[in-house]
Amino acid sequence: MNYYSDNKALQHYLRHPLLQRIVAMKERDYVHCKEYDYAPVDFAEAVEGYEQVLNLVGELCAEYVAPNAVRTETEGPSVENGRVIYAPGTEENLQLFRQAGLMGISLPRKFGGLNFPTAIFTMIQDVVCRADAAFGNLWGLQDCATTIYNFGSPEQCAAILPRICAGETMSMDLTEPDAGSDLQSVRLKATYSEEDGCWYLDGVKRFITNGDSDVHLVLARSEEGSVDGRGLSLFICEKSCGKVHTRRIEEKMGIHGSPTCEIVFDHAPAELCGSRKMGLIKYVMSLMNGARLGIATQSVAIAQAAYEEALAYARERKQFGKTIINLPPVYDMVGNMQARLDAARSLLYETARNVDMNYQFADLARERTLTPEERAESKTFSKRADALTPIIKGMGSEIANRNAYDAVQVHGGSGYMRDYVCERLYRDARITSIYEGTTQLQVVAAIRYATSGFYTQLLQEYLAADVPAALQPMKERIEAMVAAFNEALDKVQALENQEALDFLSRRIYELAAYCIMSALLLLDAAADEELFSSSLARFVAIAESEVAAHTTYIKNFTPELLTQYNK
Amino acid sequence: MSLNIIVLAKQVPDTRNVGAQAMNADGTINRSALPAIFNPDDLGALEQALQLKEKHPGSHVTVLTMGPRRAAELLREALYRGADEAVLLSDSAFAGADTLATSYALTTAICKIGKYDVVLCGRQAIDGDTAQVGPQVAQQLGIPQVTYVRKVQAVEDGTAIIERAIENGVELLKAPLPLLLTVDGTASPCRPRNAYRLLRFHRAATAQEQAAEGYKYSAQAQADEALTIKEWTLADVGGDASRCGLSGSPTKVKAVTNIVFKAKESKRYTADSEQIKSLVAELLANHTIG
Repeated sequence: MNYYSDNKALQHYLRHPLLQRIVAMKERDYVHCKEYDYAPVDFAEAVEGYEQVLNLVGELCAEYVAPNAVRTETEGPSVENGRVIYAPGTEENLQLFRQAGLMGISLPRKFGGLNFPTAIFTMIQDVVCRADAAFGNLWGLQDCATTIYNFGSPEQCAAILPRICAGETMSMDLTEPDAGSDLQSVRLKATYSEEDGCWYLDGVKRFITNGDSDVHLVLARSEEGSVDGRGLSLFICEKSCGKVHTRRIEEKMGIHGSPTCEIVFDHAPAELCGSRKMGLIKYVMSLMNGARLGIATQSVAIAQAAYEEALAYARERKQFGKTIINLPPVYDMVGNMQARLDAARSLLYETARNVDMNYQFADLARERTLTPEERAESKTFSKRADALTPIIKGMGSEIANRNAYDAVQVHGGSGYMRDYVCERLYRDARITSIYEGTTQLQVVAAIRYATSGFYTQLLQEYLAADVPAALQPMKERIEAMVAAFNEALDKVQALENQEALDFLSRRIYELAAYCIMSALLLLDAAADEELFSSSLARFVAIAESEVAAHTTYIKNFTPELLTQYNK
Repeated sequence: MSLNIIVLAKQVPDTRNVGAQAMNADGTINRSALPAIFNPDDLGALEQALQLKEKHPGSHVTVLTMGPRRAAELLREALYRGADEAVLLSDSAFAGADTLATSYALTTAICKIGKYDVVLCGRQAIDGDTAQVGPQVAQQLGIPQVTYVRKVQAVEDGTAIIERAIENGVELLKAPLPLLLTVDGTASPCRPRNAYRLLRFHRAATAQEQAAEGYKYSAQAQADEALTIKEWTLADVGGDASRCGLSGSPTKVKAVTNIVFKAKESKRYTADSEQIKSLVAELLANHTIG
């Protein structure tokens, strides 16, 4: 078994035309090969290398990580004397990934990383999380190092990044008991000691994934007396200081292999990362955008795992004298799981490519001034990345939940039992629509791109492409959905009522999402009909019914309805 | 103290996943139906070599295989996992070798490599299952051997301390260097391929592969010696042709029969204790057990 080679969709996205540009920028036109013996000489070799590494990860995930997931969850992590002890299976997975050199995927080579683009990191994460979402979290936190690379000092980069590439783990310590979705309320205190010439952290953080990490990124209040986000700074705190302790590990519903910790900073020495007061407004926003793409990836991976489990069971299980996959109510579920999965993955990689291009321009800007054309282009990619990330994070996680729900349903009573993987997926999926910003917060982040007409404009662009004649009817149906979306949007805006807009924004968001996912899947089908056209037909049918439901709701909506809700 | 370590490895058909097409009608293996893999015990030997290298910085691990040209794939696999150097012993004169001729050929190549402190190999290959090549190489090199090795605990002052798997436990042995070890299936599994090494060594090739059309890393191969997989012929190792291949093989296969069990050849026993006793007696008598 190999979780990469059995996944044709991933192989398709590895060959997307935009990747050629992303890689050329990331590799600075392939000059690194003179300096590093593992740097590619050209695009063809870069892609061959990505594919070999993806195959390696696919093999490790299918043969070790997925089989380990069951006992990792049962054994779980524990805490002793303020230190977290991972489940033995987690420890084995980490050891394997360290030996395989998979701990610094996207960091630059000068810090010992593989220098892979974000789109490729996303594919690797897609493979890892399919095997075990909990391990995917621990492993995926390596991406926090990008924040140090982007905003830390050269000394901090040189001191910390090589250790991350060698396998030290990270955590991002943001949430506190009274600061969850509202991070502006963070209270953990940072005080500067003139005498020692360093900062000290005091306070408690809660719900911290991998809270006993080697390197912590901590959001803390550096400006005494301040109350909002402008008084917060980002700090780097090392486990080796011995002043950060895990008080307890939460008893969670799912992702048991990933320790979620309550941690205490007891006058822990820390270094400022970047500039004072920019902690929340700049660095954490960037950190969270990366993390949201990560959770979107984890969601797609869980949706995939759920689909695989349901399909395998439905093809094997016999009832009423036939294999249940042949029963319409069952193939309805299984077939639609695949359609939603393919649509979500299409949007995931479109988002990842835009995020990637945005990163590449930002990184290039560290070396030289961008030309006006480059600046304009960089802005386009940055805006698209910002507009698409909340859509895939929200919709991806909801689809993961839906697929996990249906996977249990296909299994019937057996699916409710611990013996089947779908039961774990059902619990693991639940957190994806909550952490790194709930679906409701994704709606808040996305809605301005709907009301400004940005999604409409993006859809026009996607649908301007020519498609093969066989797909033309699909294209027309998608165009009709887009028209319905625009009409609903106009109606909501004409109300000129902020509360009504907030109330209806989830529906507007989903309308935009269904249109965008349909359009992107259409483009994928245009590039590879055999691989995607069947999913496209199923997804457009689902999307149309969802669009009809939301537009009907909006059409019949009057602000009077808001008074009917108990508050 | 740094060590020179040679690992003997063999590319074998994957007999663990045998399908319907695995055997030809004449009873020989249909190699095209079975993927060629790194012999599992040999991977265990490679892992012991890499662990020794970690304990003894500066050590050098050379992987040696005898086989057709496509066995270069196995050598690349060894490089991906951590070997420093790869040697392919390939010549039509070696074809059809039994274990004696194989061990002779390998011995000549080991002598050409020259310096070695430890020779590691798997206990046996999953195709022939003889477990003879390792011991025969030790014999021909005139060095001590320890078979069924589970772990090399330490190497110090010219002596190795070795855990050896025996039927009811583990034997702890001390043996002088240089020596040959055959590693058995109870040893640690081999570490995975490493991403950095994959990106570097996928360019590794024999001179012949480098000369072929489509090889585009000549500049890299010139700058990085490890990217050239050495390919040696009988002449390169100065071997005696009469001791190689078919002519050097005293083993003569009289016949190979493809046995297909048929239903009528089966016997049925009930769970009754008399019946079980008679089954045990029969199995003892024909030496299936005991």
